[in-house]
Order: sequence, then C-alpha cells, then structure tokens
Amino acid sequence: MTKNDALARMLTAMADDALIQGHRNSEWTGLGPIMEEDIAFSSMAQDKIGHAWALYRILQEELGGEEPDSFAFLRNEKDYRCCHFVEYPNGEYDFSLMRHFLFDHAEAIRYQQLRESAFAPLRPLAEKLKGEIKYHTLHANAWIAQLCRAGEESYARMQSALNTCFPLALGIFEPDPEAGAILEAEGIYPGEAKLKEMWLDRVYNLCAAAGLNLPAESSVTPEYGGRKGYHTEYLQPLLEEMGAVFRSDPQATW
Amino acid sequence: MYGGGYIFDEPNKRQLKEEQLHDDPVKLAEFEARIARGEKIEPGDWMPSEYRRQLIRLIEQHAHSEIIGALPEGTWITRAPGFKRKLALIAKVQDEIGHGQLLYNAAETLGKSREAMINDLLSGKSKYSNVFNYPAETWADVTVIGFLIDAAAIVNQVANAKGSYGPYCRALERICYEESFHLKQGHDAFIELATGTPAQKQMLQDALNRWWQPIMHFFGPPDKTSVHSEKLMQWKVKMASNDDMRNQFLDQYVPKIRELGMTLPDPELKKDETTGKWRFSDPDWDLFKKVINGGGPCNAERLQVRQWAEEHGRWVRKALMNPGAVKTAPVA
Repeated sequence: MTKNDALARMLTAMADDALIQGHRNSEWTGLGPIMEEDIAFSSMAQDKIGHAWALYRILQEELGGEEPDSFAFLRNEKDYRCCHFVEYPNGEYDFSLMRHFLFDHAEAIRYQQLRESAFAPLRPLAEKLKGEIKYHTLHANAWIAQLCRAGEESYARMQSALNTCFPLALGIFEPDPEAGAILEAEGIYPGEAKLKEMWLDRVYNLCAAAGLNLPAESSVTPEYGGRKGYHTEYLQPLLEEMGAVFRSDPQATW
Repeated sequence: MYGGGYIFDEPNKRQLKEEQLHDDPVKLAEFEARIARGEKIEPGDWMPSEYRRQLIRLIEQHAHSEIIGALPEGTWITRAPGFKRKLALIAKVQDEIGHGQLLYNAAETLGKSREAMINDLLSGKSKYSNVFNYPAETWADVTVIGFLIDAAAIVNQVANAKGSYGPYCRALERICYEESFHLKQGHDAFIELATGTPAQKQMLQDALNRWWQPIMHFFGPPDKTSVHSEKLMQWKVKMASNDDMRNQFLDQYVPKIRELGMTLPDPELKKDETTGKWRFSDPDWDLFKKVINGGGPCNAERLQVRQWAEEHGRWVRKALMNPGAVKTAPVA
C-alpha cells in the first residue's frame, strides 16, 4: 500500500462519516422536539455535508479521486467506509442527541490533531472544521447537561442512550493497521488508538459532570466493520434514497 | 414562504359583531388615526379586541404554514441530487422553520402562547396554507415550490409587511429578504430542468400541470365572493385584495415560465392588454374548500407528522419545563 492509498482510505472514511451523519441530521428537519432543535440539527447537517464535500474535493484534487458528486452519491455500498454508528436511524431524540455528542467530540479531537498533519492540504481545512465543530460540541454539551439535571425520565433516557451508543461510538476508532502504520510513520495523523484515548478522557469528564456513567471500554464489544466496507442493514436503503434522483437520468445535470 | 392570501376564519366570526365595534370610541378613534397616519401599533399599545383577534389568526396561520410548508420540500432533502442542491435545500427548509419561529414569537406578543397555537394546529382548529396539502411527487415539484410558491408568497408578504402591526411587519421584512434568496435558488433549479434532458423537461412540465391549480388557489377566492370586512383593510391587517395579488403574480411569473418553453394547463390564461388584467379559467373553488376542511390529498399526513413530533418530543419539553432543572448555558 502506498502513502496515497493510505491517505485515500483515511479521507474516504472521514468524508463518509460526515456525509452519512449529515444525512441523518438532516432527517430531523420538521421533526425536532422544539423548533429550535429542528434548526440546530439542520445547521449541523449543512456543516457535516459541507465537510464531506470538502474532503471529497481533496481526494479528487490531491489524490486523483473521482468527481465529488458521483463519488459521494453513486458508489456501491461496500465501497463506503463510514462507521456503523452514523448509519443507524435517528430513532428518538435521546439516541440522536447522544450520537451527536459522542460523534462530534471524536470529530473535534480528530480535526484538532489534523491541524498539524504532514499532509499539507488537510491543515487549513482541519483548522476551519475544528472551528465549526466547536459549536456542535457546545450544543451537545449544553443539552446533555440540561437533560441530565431535568428529572428522572430525561436522566434515565440519557444514561440508556449512552449505554446503547458507547460500543457503536468505539467503532469510529476501528483500527486499520496497514494504512494506520503508514499514516502514523509519515506524521499524517496520530492514529486511531491515540485519538480514542483522547476522546475517552474528554467524554469521561463531560459525562461525569453530567452524572452519567460512561461504560468501561473493557465491558463492551466495539462495533467494527464499517472501515472494511461491511455495513449495517441501514446503509443500503439510505444510499438508494440519497442517489435516487441522480440515478433517474444519468445523462442529466441537476 | 408562505402566507397565502386567504385567511381562514370560522364562518360565524367573519363579520364583526356589534359589541366589538363598540370599543371605547375615543381610544378607537385615536387608534384608527394612528393607523391612518402610517404609525405602527406595538404590543403594549391599546388596540380593539377584534384587531387583536384577527392578527393572532393571521400570524398564527402564517406561522403554521411555515412549519407545515417545510414538510413537502423536506421530504426531498435526503434525495436532493448533488451537494449543491442538497445544501441549498436544507438551508432553505431550515429558513422556513426559522420563519415559523419568528412568526410564533410575533403572535405571542398578542397574548397566545406557541403551545396553544400548536395545539390548535393539531386539533384542526387552526388552519395553514392549502397549498401544502398537496404531495411533492418528484424533484421537479421541489423546483416548482421553490420558484413559484415562494414567488407567490413574496407577493403576499411584501404587501403584508406594510401592515399596521409592528412585530409582524418586522418579522416579514426579514422573511421577505430570505424568501427572495429562496426564489433565486428555486428559479435556478427550475431553469436547470427546463433546459435539461427530455426526461427532466417532462418531469418539470408534469409538476407544473399538477401545481398550477393549487397556485391559483393560493391567493384565495375571487374578491367578489371573498368576505373580508373593510375594517381589516382600514386597520391595515389585510393589505391587498386576493385578485390584485393573483394578477400581480401572473404578470410577473407567467412570462418567465413561458420563456423557458414550458406551458401552463389553462387554455384561457391570457393577459387582456386593454385592462392589464389576466384572464384565466376559474379554478375549482369547491375543491379549495374541501381541502381547507381536511379533504386534501395530504392533510392527514401533514398533521400526523406534526403529531409525531409533538408526541416524541414531549419528554424533552417536559424536562425543559421542570422547575428543579438548572439552566445550562453552553460554556466555551
């Protein structure tokens, strides 16, 4: 595997995570528990989909990848590299909020590290994205803290959502030993294991402040597979929906 | 978007009752003089009870139209073709929800809570623009809504922005500013299909054919049958007649549609150059009434979606209202 292959693998995984999480966020439009949350999830959807677009453009411009629209919307399911966590349907607001909290802290840490990447095209983008994701994590932190203090039902829902989400969230950091070794050696990023440690430190403290028990990592089985192209049953229908108009007339521009 | 010219009211409340006209005559005269001078009425000011009631009704229906109006287009966010259209559509629908928020806030200044308004929406007591009770069948429907329904709404809202109630006018000014941007997006996506492949053109023509009657309904029944008291015009609650707004819309947009090679499904549609008025076949007003009263293709579906949001979000709202809860501000 060349350095560029390894880079393409990492960037595709990052972009696919952002695209699918953005898609899920956008599904809250019109359905939020209060109007202000509709608007918040819409905003985050735009940011995430914008992040994916920017990463696909780097793939195209720096690594000879495909045109972003067709790459994002028309690949076969097994060619996506997103983690399972983002694929799951939104469920109730408690699941969506907890996913947003855990996922966005992972994103914040990842982009913070990538500001120092040896892969120069990623540095300015990481700087910009880190600034946007800051607002996503602030939003998640405020809601988690608020709901944990607002009575038994909402507290129980938060803890239960955390228990459900935690093994899925560990899937964000699924190791890719071959590519990972090259990327670490080249100074492109610190590797999934290090990112995971930083993330655990951060979410542990935030959970503790909110009175939530973060399950022990050793007590759960991380849900892996996405980075190798094995997906949940939820991804294929999502992709069919996402590419439906595109596929209806392959000659057309939209 | 999305005022719509037609303000639904319970039939027995359409006429001002005698006692409602008997507000304190001195205050009433001063109030009417302020409006005649072009002053804005603000929330703390004295106002006739009927003025308050009509405004709540108007602004509330407008707010409902925004959040229900987000639904037909919202169903296409996940299917929007390509990054550019997808991001534009999410942003646009998000704006519409934001307009709903602004308008509920404006209506709340008159004394009805957002919660009470949403409850009246769900119970069917309070209405919203009829046009959102039709399905968005294809991507072309999204472009027709974004271009023509937003355009129609702008005609209505620009007129209403000159009305007499300060908070509503200020909300509308901001809304119109954002709507004009939606219109550009809608027009751009509409042109893309109109100048695209044969399949795209056909998709667009089909959407136009289906949406034309709802668009003609949008401004409400003809003036000759529309029961609106002169008082509402005098109080600057209603700013333009249904026929005038419809004519203005046709004047501005029919040429834009036709110059793209698209047709409209009304053989009578033609401008009378001597009067400057458009002639058209009478849309089916019985259908219009049927849809208002819940008989449209999507009335039940739209309310079911809102019902879902209400039920599934209840625990969140309940938690926020918990008196023991400590408010949390985001900390950087």
